Amino acid sequence: MLDSSLTQLGAALRAKKISSVELTQLYLDRIAALNPSLNAYITTNAETSLTQARAADALLSGGKAQALTGIPIAQKDIFCAKGWRTTCGSKMLENFIAPYDAHVIEQFNNSGAVNLGKTNMDEFAMGSSNETSHFGAVKNPWDRNAVPGGSSGGAACAVAARLCAAATGTDTGGSIRQPAALCGISGIKPTYGTVSRYGMIAFASSLDQAGPMARSAEDLALLLNVMTGFDERDSTSLQRDKEDYSRDLSKPLTGLRIGLPKEFFAEGLTQDVACCVHAAIAEYQKLGASIVNISLPNSRLAVPVYYVLAPAEASSNLSRYDGVRFGYRAPEYSNLTEMYEKSRAQGFGAEVKRRIMIGTYVLSHGYYDAYYLQAQKIRRLIAQDFTDAFKQCDVIMGPTSPSTAFNLGEKGDDPVQMYLSDIYTIAVNLAGLPGMSIPAGFCSNGRPVGLQIIGDYFSEARMLNFAHQYQLATDHHDRAPQNIGL
Amino acid sequence: MQWEIVIGLEVHTQLSTNSKIFSGASTTYGAEPNTQADAVSIALPGVLPVLNKGAVQDAIKFGLAVGAHIAPRSVFARKNYFYPDLPKGYQISQFDLPVVGKGALTIQVEPLSGNAKPYEKVVHITRAHLEEDAGKSVHGESQGVTGVDLNRAGTPLLEIVSEPDMSSAAEAVAYAKALHTLVRWIGICDGNMQEGSFRCDVNVSVRRPGEALGTRREIKNLNSFKFMQQAIDYEVQWQIEQIESGNAIHQATVLFNPDTGETRTMRSKEDAHDYRYFPDPDLLPLDITPAMLEQVRATLPELPQHKRARYILEFSEDGLTSYDANSLTVSREMADFFDACVATAGASSAKLCANWLTGEVSAQLNRDGRDMTQCPITPQQLGGMLKRIADNTISNSGAKEVFRIMWAEGGDADAIIADKGLKQVSDSGAIEAIVDEIIDANADKVAEYRSGKDKLFGFFVGLAMKASKGKANPAQLNDVLKRKLAG
Repeated sequence: MLDSSLTQLGAALRAKKISSVELTQLYLDRIAALNPSLNAYITTNAETSLTQARAADALLSGGKAQALTGIPIAQKDIFCAKGWRTTCGSKMLENFIAPYDAHVIEQFNNSGAVNLGKTNMDEFAMGSSNETSHFGAVKNPWDRNAVPGGSSGGAACAVAARLCAAATGTDTGGSIRQPAALCGISGIKPTYGTVSRYGMIAFASSLDQAGPMARSAEDLALLLNVMTGFDERDSTSLQRDKEDYSRDLSKPLTGLRIGLPKEFFAEGLTQDVACCVHAAIAEYQKLGASIVNISLPNSRLAVPVYYVLAPAEASSNLSRYDGVRFGYRAPEYSNLTEMYEKSRAQGFGAEVKRRIMIGTYVLSHGYYDAYYLQAQKIRRLIAQDFTDAFKQCDVIMGPTSPSTAFNLGEKGDDPVQMYLSDIYTIAVNLAGLPGMSIPAGFCSNGRPVGLQIIGDYFSEARMLNFAHQYQLATDHHDRAPQNIGL
Repeated sequence: MQWEIVIGLEVHTQLSTNSKIFSGASTTYGAEPNTQADAVSIALPGVLPVLNKGAVQDAIKFGLAVGAHIAPRSVFARKNYFYPDLPKGYQISQFDLPVVGKGALTIQVEPLSGNAKPYEKVVHITRAHLEEDAGKSVHGESQGVTGVDLNRAGTPLLEIVSEPDMSSAAEAVAYAKALHTLVRWIGICDGNMQEGSFRCDVNVSVRRPGEALGTRREIKNLNSFKFMQQAIDYEVQWQIEQIESGNAIHQATVLFNPDTGETRTMRSKEDAHDYRYFPDPDLLPLDITPAMLEQVRATLPELPQHKRARYILEFSEDGLTSYDANSLTVSREMADFFDACVATAGASSAKLCANWLTGEVSAQLNRDGRDMTQCPITPQQLGGMLKRIADNTISNSGAKEVFRIMWAEGGDADAIIADKGLKQVSDSGAIEAIVDEIIDANADKVAEYRSGKDKLFGFFVGLAMKASKGKANPAQLNDVLKRKLAG
């Protein structure tokens, strides 16, 4: 049951081989057993989840089930869910009970899925290792000395360790793809504007995009079908016809072109990762795809540009956490300024504060043109690189992250090394393109390697087609970590 | 020593939309604190702004009314600062790309001093931009605690910025009044200054003629025209005194205290915030198509300046003055009333109509504490009465009686005239008889008059009027009296 695809689970539920309550309880028991060591969840609420499961069972009995009805999904703790504690990984929101549902949560609720709990994450999604969470680091289920990646590290861990059927994540600079790669699962960040940001706690609004994390491309397609759709409450939500992301899964890859950017295979990429990625490319050639060598000349600027723009937006987005209306307020202060200073100094962790300071600096009078405006210009150049590249190829492939999962604490003192973990994923967010990561084998130390697939705008169905065909031909995505009680 | 005064205004007009600029929460004034603060107004984690199209239409309306360039693409920006009544820690406003660009407003200036004549002036408008209002901090409800009311947070504002074109308090007040009239006229703002719907910031500097602009100080948040004038007068005097006694003016924001009549520094330039403006990534650029412009243009009423010009053109031959035209266009309600009244009474009664509207009607409304929309008589009723004045059916004093009854009890003029017997006597025979009687009964006075005491004429008019019970046609009576007294 724990290795079943969402399609299989749905069929089993509809055939009454298992009830949603039983399935939910199965996962809740696994969480109770494994979460103390893995720390993938910040909050579970068994009673609420089981109530939803009972409602799903009623729908299933009544023949009103949809694809995901009754299936337990883990929600990243960045999505507001009515009645659920929603912390965003921060002490600032440690006791914040959301009074409303995010659009993503609504969509899952409407599909009859069960909210299994809220997954751990880097504080306000700022981090690539899940170590910045106020609720402690998440362990990588493949090796508990390793990080799971971030910021959606709890989600990636929960999927890999079979602590949920599937999960949601968000990706601002690689926060779905990098942890998916490091935990050996599949994850997709769709085109910016495809999934509503309403109720998703903002980090960097122009980059933030939600997406699903699961064990296969086939599962991702079903999840995307639920998560996407126009929402008038998000002005950046795109008004497009609803699409079926499963529609192209079975298409052959014959004649399709894969672009390999030379910049993604240059200095900084570890040998093991390079080997796995090249092997995956060879597999694609066997499946009929051809290879085109391309260049993304401005992609080398993606990390510096990102670390101007994302902190700039974050510094403003996080101003609302002032201790006035909700969230953490320092216990002692003697005036208004001190209340602000102490509440924010005590409520935010070091990485969040670092980014607020960077962002405040780059937006300051006299620095704005040199940093923020310049970064916006380069952002357009980076996007233009991709537009040019997609004239030559159907998808772009490369490594998701330069290395496999690093050890807990390894990069804690060196933010720049940590930031470089997202060197291949960040340009995709800057351009607003869809990107995904799928398992492409394992490094000599047994840690998973991710293959990144980047598509043109709105080409998610094509990307899932590429991923699915690879997963039909390989079994990396079916492998499970040891010691997770299977 | 001569001084030149330079004044520019920034006016915050609260737009009369039903809901807030970025959420569906109500904007009704005076509700219980925080009952109109929805998730967006409170800035809960995860909420997003969605632009109210009504506010955009209002901004376009204003832009068209001042002949301004409407930006085909404008951008919302975040103005970042911390304050308890600013829930997001930033205000969504427009910075370098405002929706309304350069425009102009023609104003009629009534100088405050002595015999100077009224004149017309064009004030240039630099820009107008959309933004959200902040909430309110409520101090003193209980000891040591400040409350925050977020009902107002997110109310749409149009901030209208003028060029420093005004050179006296009178001009500044005239501009503010013209703007106040205009925004109410086109229906984008209720103009309620007590409730803060129309708030003025005034930038004042002084210089010697021919010199570069002086350093300005900004008087914040003036919510009455009277205070504006007092504040400017005080500020100008203060700045001149400072410079004349060898002190420099430092850029600052000041507040006017109506109790003392003085301005007081709130913060100096050194304390000014760095607002770290940047485009709001939660909102798309605001694109305004030519079709949208035309749609809004079609809803614009005839504007006060056009109406004013038309009145002068159409009615000056009938005696209507430029002053009348100004008075008739102080509000759309007044002008509409006038138009409807003239339509009933005829164009030749335009001046009469203007006199009654700016005189008796306005005075009565004032006494009753009502505005034009609550006027108990209709333009048709008043027009009916004016017709009877024009055709000599009633005298002015008779008309006053008709008006009084109409105001208190309703009814149309003809019925009241018949009912109360107010028809004036224009029968020359009857008037001659009255005059003869008076001359007979006052032989001594007649002799005095004939020997040169002209002033007695009024005495005879009074007697005759009284004898006719006020109904004699005054012009006719005058004629007959003059003729008969001459002997």
